[in-house]
Amino acid sequence: MYRIRFHGRGGQGMKTASRILGSAFFLQGYEVQDAPRYGAERRGAPIFAYVRAARQPIQERGIILAPDLVIVADDSLLPMPAAGVLQGVTPRTTLLIHSSEAPETWRQRLNIAGSLLTLSAQAEPHFAGTALTGAAARLVGVIMRSALEQAVRQELAGLGEETLSANLAQALAAYDGMAAHAGQVSEGEASAAVACPRPDWVDLPLDEADAAAAAIHAGATSVEVRTGLWRTLRPVIDYARCKRCWWVCSEFCPDSAIKVSAENYPEIDYEHCKGCLICVAQCPSHAITPIPESSEVKP
Amino acid sequence: MTRALITGNAAAAWGARLAGAEYVPAFPITPQTEIIETLAGWIDAGEMDCRLVTLESEHSMLTAAGAAASTGVRVFSATSSQGLLYGMEMIYAAPGNRAPFVLVNVSRGIQTPVTLEPDHNDVLATRDSGFLQLHCATCQEVLDSTLIAYRLAEDHRVRLPALVNLDGFYLSFTREPVDIPARTEVEKFLPPFNPETTRFHAGEPVSQGVVVLGGAYYSYFRYEQHLAAQRALEVYAEVAAEFEQEFGRRYDAVETYRSEDAEIVFFMIGSFSTKAKDAVDRLREAGQAVGLVRPRLLRPYPAEALRRALAGKQGVVVIDQNLSMGMGGVLHGELAGALYGQPGMPPVLASFIGGLGGRDIAAEEFYEMVEVTRKACQEGVTPPPRLLYTADELRQMRKLQAVAHAERREDAA
Ligand code: SF4
Ligand code: SF4
Repeated sequence: MYRIRFHGRGGQGMKTASRILGSAFFLQGYEVQDAPRYGAERRGAPIFAYVRAARQPIQERGIILAPDLVIVADDSLLPMPAAGVLQGVTPRTTLLIHSSEAPETWRQRLNIAGSLLTLSAQAEPHFAGTALTGAAARLVGVIMRSALEQAVRQELAGLGEETLSANLAQALAAYDGMAAHAGQVSEGEASAAVACPRPDWVDLPLDEADAAAAAIHAGATSVEVRTGLWRTLRPVIDYARCKRCWWVCSEFCPDSAIKVSAENYPEIDYEHCKGCLICVAQCPSHAITPIPESSEVKP
Repeated sequence: MTRALITGNAAAAWGARLAGAEYVPAFPITPQTEIIETLAGWIDAGEMDCRLVTLESEHSMLTAAGAAASTGVRVFSATSSQGLLYGMEMIYAAPGNRAPFVLVNVSRGIQTPVTLEPDHNDVLATRDSGFLQLHCATCQEVLDSTLIAYRLAEDHRVRLPALVNLDGFYLSFTREPVDIPARTEVEKFLPPFNPETTRFHAGEPVSQGVVVLGGAYYSYFRYEQHLAAQRALEVYAEVAAEFEQEFGRRYDAVETYRSEDAEIVFFMIGSFSTKAKDAVDRLREAGQAVGLVRPRLLRPYPAEALRRALAGKQGVVVIDQNLSMGMGGVLHGELAGALYGQPGMPPVLASFIGGLGGRDIAAEEFYEMVEVTRKACQEGVTPPPRLLYTADELRQMRKLQAVAHAERREDAA
């Protein structure tokens, strides 16, 4: 069975990347299981995804502990222990990192004995996922170029012809670029029950109720989490139109992200505004308009 | 028929679509939302002739589902975790109307603390409600069980709502190859809903959910629900046989895997049971006589089939992905109740609690559970219940607590 793990951040297309690879395997006649794994969905948070592919129906589930191939879309995740990028990596695992630094640098940094490849960082980071998938498809060696192409078309069908062909070009270029390493990632064996280390189970002690209630014992931690990063649309106040009513916008904002200044003007705290646009809907003077977060006009 | 890679959520949506659901009251919740989004997309595109209404809560959603079912339309709905709990009053109220519909629950652990990942405490809270319960292990089973659930729920000998359960993440967000039958094939197995007398129409007023004082009257109505649920066992067998004939996939009320000649078997529900199958294969390779017994149907409880499957076994590894505080695993207690005092039943039922809040159950843990149970069989002593929790996990917990402790002191200072 092929066991492949993707690591990236929310917004880098890891789910789509894993699905393209899953579909490519499937088109090639493999049994497949693919899934993303994330916490509360938001951009920037570390997420991982996995793909299993085998000739037989797949009974394994969930986290891949012994990967054949680990794909890293964001090299800043490597030093983060919580991201668990190197979990279960052995000398037979191939590591594929999307990075502008040389493989040799990473090999030294990570003290990795096994195979380590890099895919030079894409000018447009949102292509990272598709490019890495193209490279992965070549690394396993059993996916035809045409199956990869069909998988990309299938998974990105909803995005319009322009986006699709741009992504397809990335995927195929990466596929072609990995020709020298074709087939280097091989299927891992199922580990035998006899050779298995035993789990070190412990009896959970009874703790004081105080310690055993899930709580965060520090003030104003919500201020430190910049939830504004989750925003896809940004409300912008047109102060020429704002009548400084009785600050309907501020009252309605569910995140208390609109403060009223000393001059009685509403001010949006973009560090924490999640872009729900309730203020846009509520403002009686229609003074607030939404603009895409990606647009040039920064607040 | 097409074979496609789809998620458990998409499989549930396909189940509703192929069943020809006519009304879907909805309220979104992670990890169920994709089901509602998928249905909404199809309805929007004119691919599904159905009315989807978003309600303001799961309580209203389930009220609407029950009421709509009483008018004789085919109703589908879906929820998860806190949503299921929020609608709980109506979960318990609906079966008494004897109007069938299908509810999918995407299992997710319940608070406190909050999680998004799965265990079975949410669905087991509905255990005594009168809903029939089907538990799935694969995405294929989600689609198929949804179709089976309609047949079962709508059968005139049963007429109770049915719940189809799938695990969040491990099925809901996981794509697997699924055979999606054509609507025409499904219609042979599941014709349009024949509501018979379940026809709550404007011109024929009926009051439902009425007061029945005097315990004896009340007992009658409640016990009738119990009898109907029990009758569903027999109906299930018929429906599953027809399903197999039509689609070639067999869904016994109790799935057995390599258990016939097994000395020790795993007993569990849900998607982790495929991991148990893998463990069974590995243990068999190592020469151990191990198998799996998995109830698909949890309500009605297939006690007789379980006794047949477990007769003559030395020990049972009962894995509960749930926890009844102050008691232990719910499946363990129920199984003990079904086996107690019957001849030839396994002497050792070892209780393990694992997979709470989506925690993985590793292969070596499956092996070790067998080892512990084997030892118990040899010594004739049932081991105390065991939480699957490693020293390393406790160390990580202690680290977080140390941070919290320091923060607290800082706060106080
Ligand atoms: S609601 Fe509109 S008019 Fe009133 S303070 Fe806010 S932006 Fe100004
Ligand atoms: S978009 Fe939502 S969160 Fe942001 S300021 Fe307006 S109401 Fe508040």
